[in-house]
Amino acid sequence: MQVRDLRVTFGLDEGIVRAVDGTSFDVLPGQVVGIVGESGCGKSVTMRAVLQLVDRPGRIDSGTILFRRRDGAVVDLARLPARGAQMRAIRGAEIALIPQEPMAAFSPVHTVGAQIIEAIRLHGAQQGRRVSGAEARETTVGLFRDVGIAMAEERVDAYSWQLSGGLRQRAMIAMALSCRPRLLIADEPTTAIDVTTQAQVLELLRELRSKYNTAIIFITHDLGVIAQMTSHVVVMYLGRVMEQGPVDQIFHAPAHPYTRALLRSIPSLYGEARTALPVISGSLPHPFNRPAGCPFHPRCPEATARCATALPKLMPVADRQAAACFLHSAAAEA
Amino acid sequence: MAAPDDGAGALVEDRIAVASNWKLIWWRFRRHRLALVSAAVLILLYIIVLVPDLFSTQNPETTDARQAFIPAQGLRLFDEGRLAPWVPAIVGKRDPVTLRMVWTVDPSRKVAVNFFGRGYSWRVLGLFETNVHLIASADPKQRIFLLGSDRLGRDQWSRIMHGTQTSMTVGLVAVALSTIFGVVLGGISGYVGGKTDSVIQRVIELLQSVPTIPIWLALSAALPRDWTPTQVFFAITVILSLVGWTTLGREVRGRFLALREEDFVLAARLAGCSRMRIILRHMVPTFSSHIIATASLAIPVMIINETSLSFLGLGIRPPAISWGVLLQEAQNIQTLALAPWLLTPGLVVIVAVLAFNLVGDGLRDASDPYAN
Amino acid sequence: MTAAPLLDVRNLQKFFPISKGFMQRVVGQVRAVDGVDFTVNEGETLGLVGESGCGKTTASRCILRAIDPTGGQVLYRTRAGAVVDLAPLSQRALAPFRAEIQMIFQDPFGSLNPRMTLLENVGEPLLVGGMTNRRERTERVAELLQLVGLRAEFMHRFPHAFSGGQRQRIGIARALSTNPRLVVADEPVSALDVSVQAQVLNLLLELQDRLKLTFLFVAHDLSVVRHISDRVAVMYVGQLVELAPTAALFSRPRHPYTAALMRAVPVPDPRVPPGDGVLRGEVPSPANPPSGCYFHPRCRFAQAICTSEAPPLREIAPGHMSRCHFAEGLELAGA
Repeated sequence: MQVRDLRVTFGLDEGIVRAVDGTSFDVLPGQVVGIVGESGCGKSVTMRAVLQLVDRPGRIDSGTILFRRRDGAVVDLARLPARGAQMRAIRGAEIALIPQEPMAAFSPVHTVGAQIIEAIRLHGAQQGRRVSGAEARETTVGLFRDVGIAMAEERVDAYSWQLSGGLRQRAMIAMALSCRPRLLIADEPTTAIDVTTQAQVLELLRELRSKYNTAIIFITHDLGVIAQMTSHVVVMYLGRVMEQGPVDQIFHAPAHPYTRALLRSIPSLYGEARTALPVISGSLPHPFNRPAGCPFHPRCPEATARCATALPKLMPVADRQAAACFLHSAAAEA
Repeated sequence: MAAPDDGAGALVEDRIAVASNWKLIWWRFRRHRLALVSAAVLILLYIIVLVPDLFSTQNPETTDARQAFIPAQGLRLFDEGRLAPWVPAIVGKRDPVTLRMVWTVDPSRKVAVNFFGRGYSWRVLGLFETNVHLIASADPKQRIFLLGSDRLGRDQWSRIMHGTQTSMTVGLVAVALSTIFGVVLGGISGYVGGKTDSVIQRVIELLQSVPTIPIWLALSAALPRDWTPTQVFFAITVILSLVGWTTLGREVRGRFLALREEDFVLAARLAGCSRMRIILRHMVPTFSSHIIATASLAIPVMIINETSLSFLGLGIRPPAISWGVLLQEAQNIQTLALAPWLLTPGLVVIVAVLAFNLVGDGLRDASDPYAN
Repeated sequence: MTAAPLLDVRNLQKFFPISKGFMQRVVGQVRAVDGVDFTVNEGETLGLVGESGCGKTTASRCILRAIDPTGGQVLYRTRAGAVVDLAPLSQRALAPFRAEIQMIFQDPFGSLNPRMTLLENVGEPLLVGGMTNRRERTERVAELLQLVGLRAEFMHRFPHAFSGGQRQRIGIARALSTNPRLVVADEPVSALDVSVQAQVLNLLLELQDRLKLTFLFVAHDLSVVRHISDRVAVMYVGQLVELAPTAALFSRPRHPYTAALMRAVPVPDPRVPPGDGVLRGEVPSPANPPSGCYFHPRCRFAQAICTSEAPPLREIAPGHMSRCHFAEGLELAGA
């Protein structure tokens, strides 16, 4: 997938919010890309735009989302009608979503099995194959075993509220994988669960990725998860990409001041206890009050006068690593 | 010193930051053109409620059998190009076959009319006397019938003005009482919980399962015949509110149950607030906008209830005037065929109910997304 | 420190009845807090850590008497020096102590009354406590807002104008308004962004230093707990499984669950491979805990005795307690 200069805005009563303001990144087949950023950075909205799930008052203003489908055709997802047949064929079968809140994502009045069976049969029909209920059920039970749900046969007939948090998340992963998507979007899949369950889920995702070679876009604010799961990282702030690159370089040779400040400010099991953490000064600007020029400049310890007026463009700073900062490329004006 | 947080603000942000909930609701409400127009209509109607005599052309009680069933005369604003309001005179002739008076409008004879002219005297809010009327006949001996007259020769327009006063007041007061019952009982039910909650809920269910019309019939029939119209008026209002509080009571209970678990309520408890203070100062204000919106949607229901009751002769009784009482006059086909202008109170009911519904909808939409 | 601890919790229990059937007969108990003992000394921070359902939030609310404990004692040493058991007191009898024990909440969006300005929110404990003079309150609120790093002019704004981190600061200001001695912080940074977490944690450290506060810090994030606590208590299914000074706990844990928790935290360094030996299984339900040691079904060191006999919480090293039959012998890797 190739996202270029995506812009998504929300027209609220109080003003216009530019949730995504010129984001670009690539996802190669089988690659795990992490999108990291704090609230308001636009990571979730970007993913909704990819799946054409942006509801009014939001809309995709401009940009392209090029996606290579299973049959080789390249389609611009930003241009497809949200409710059209093509988009519906892509959602679930080629791009699947693991949402943040598994409880909210399952219907409380249908069994988890029923929902997965429905997806399998629907996409089968779209692809011209007729999948019987029994076949779909067998596939579902197999999926449940794949994701490590014990007593799969019985659990297929369970309701989502009967399952614990960890099981629900696994069922959600099974649902996402049911139609063998080529791209999986995991939107903060472990934020709402405990750390031991998170470890189990992350291990599961790693196994499944190597087994099916699915590309994953992993959205999270947890830098630990990014370090453990991804090979390529995109750092976002206020709707723009600040830096992107291979995970090792991002963690050990970050180029952008925001990335550096973010890495320094997390409490870890290994740093010094009970000493003040270096913080990013100031606070996130109000959405109606975006700073002119570089969005990070009011809080940047290395800001120059130019940063307040000009918007830096994402420019290469090292092998496969790019940052949007005048410190690295003076000629980087957008 | 901890890193100071300057909460970077521009003018837009400041304005929103200090805006209380009501201001935010008003800003959102302003955008709904239809709701604003309806609100203006309601304000006009309530001005009529306060000073109905200002809008009447004559005393609504004055009868004159010789002037029964006069058709609507209508108000013309221009007389040969000049702004000189006038009302065409009517000529009556007795039909020799049916012996009925047949009235025809004669546009050649004009009865001049003044804006803010003088007419019969009345008291403003019971305080001081005046005899100014918005529309008054220039010649005090000539009665004008803007919307015609009824079977007793009473001016329909003036009666509608006075009927507005009664009907709109009943609606408002009944809903206000219902709201108080609903909030108090629903609040106790939700906050205290336990057996009290069960008892109140069962009472609500009981009240809701009994069909309303038989209840009204029974309560209404129980009213002594010798009560004055005012007493009947208040009794009807109370009866309507006693039956109407249950829906709001349930909703309020639901809100309280949810709010009870909120952190800020716990914080208030830890600060040492008494239960009453928590309910009144902390919990009720969070959904008061919702209550107002619900109440304004309940008023038209009350108005229609009162109109129906009075139409059936069970509510407000003549000589008191309400829209329902006026519509009673239009109950038979004969009257309808011969004097269709007697249905105009129905139009006024429609306008009032529509206006309330639009305003209520607008308020509900405006108060919903508070925590964006 | 030979003075009595500020807070001494003994055998704290909170059970919730499970009722079934038409007549709502009680058929069992959810043992949310199942015999918890710990002390908190004046001026220190005790971190109470565990995963969801372990009972840490319930325990903290029992201490504050937001809910009523089923059993046990909550011994609190007042400013005057007397030791009072808060557990059996009526709400009215608790009133004089409310000012001394306050709480910081987890959800910045639910902990402030949205219809009241900052002045009213932060000033509420003052008003209820008797400070009826409006000017006095305004001054004190201004002082408090500045203490937490917000501008005093903000007091006329409403909570909806502020971000999550700022609202947490407002909540902290409110908690400090009555000059409390003990502050129970219930996951105060869990709902905040990473960079904002750092700001709020720094603020709490600074305030503790300045105002000589004592914190009971409840959290599920080990890294945060390590950063702010002097001693750490680990809870599992309603029980304390380990209690030790921070450095000792993290360098050499003495309970398999603690070690598993540490292993599960993803390290923010791609050169460190993911921890091996992911903890299997699910957290048992507090309504139906396993026999013997509650952790035995998931423990890789479990022996026969663990299934039959519940281990007591005992002292393994000075100040280091563990609830495990084999605590002395196990070689567990720390952080």
